[in-house]
Amino acid sequence: MISIKLNEIDLQLADPTSLHQLRDTKHPSADLLIVNGFPQGTDCLLKTGDQVVMIQRGALPSEQELETLMMARHTPGVHRRIAKSTVGIAGAGGLGSTIAIALARVGVGRLIIADFDLVEPSNLNRQQYFIDQIGMPKVEALKANLNRINPYVRVDGHHLRINPQNLGQIFSGVDVMVEAFDAPDQKAILTAAHLQQSPDCPLVAASGMAGHEASNSIRTRKIRNNFYLVGDLETAAQPGRGLMAPRVGIAASHQANAVLRLLLGEEVA
Amino acid sequence: MKITLNGEEREFGSELTIGELLTELGLQSNRVVIELNREILNLAEALPRQLKSADKLEIIQFVGGG
Repeated sequence: MISIKLNEIDLQLADPTSLHQLRDTKHPSADLLIVNGFPQGTDCLLKTGDQVVMIQRGALPSEQELETLMMARHTPGVHRRIAKSTVGIAGAGGLGSTIAIALARVGVGRLIIADFDLVEPSNLNRQQYFIDQIGMPKVEALKANLNRINPYVRVDGHHLRINPQNLGQIFSGVDVMVEAFDAPDQKAILTAAHLQQSPDCPLVAASGMAGHEASNSIRTRKIRNNFYLVGDLETAAQPGRGLMAPRVGIAASHQANAVLRLLLGEEVA
Repeated sequence: MKITLNGEEREFGSELTIGELLTELGLQSNRVVIELNREILNLAEALPRQLKSADKLEIIQFVGGG
């Protein structure tokens, strides 16, 4: 017997088995065969430890196939916890769009995203939109992009302005809430309202990520129970020191990782 | 009057409201979240609130960008 992995699933095969024999029994429609990272043009004998990937170009994997791949990457226990979670994201700019993509890629089951803005040309320097999406509501454009990454993540987009009155209703049932606004007064309003209204639901907010200062000045801090703040806390966006993709991306990834740790019951900071 | 401000003991000469303290610290009131004695306050209720000795005040300031 030989032991291999086919599309991340362990398989025992008779010895000898060739790549094409395996394809004919498991994936007859596959037109791309990759063994240990290298595409194979010709048939070859498989050996124990081989990692085989078979792809039919242009075909979308089913929800179950994608689940299997995610479980293999993340371990089944971690995957299941993430997949049954709901995360709320207030703001779909440089932070929100990047956080949403990270969380969709990692397999968060449901994202609730709210933003009132449209995609503008100047957003393309850091936000996860494409040039042909200029003028679209950000939530609509983001939903389309997330759907291209993982169509099995449920995305509820709300094209509106968040305020303390509609906050609880729009983000009802979230396991973790993310503040991803741009304007400092909006950040403060959302933070105060969330901490007052939903003290049991963790909030991950951000402050200070403009310019091209040192990467490591961006940190994740625990401010109080269920409130985490990411950033350098001082570098505001202003004329001459704009928001740029790398540093906003660092802060966004800090926030996304804080969310992930919260969903998995781990200490954030 | 001695209060604990963001974890540090600070002494202020006269009686102050939270709004006056923010002005003294040079902070814009619409960019902060105020926690007084572990309780998050609305801005409208926080600004006129009189501080008293032994209060524990946390001021979380936000800067723009996202």
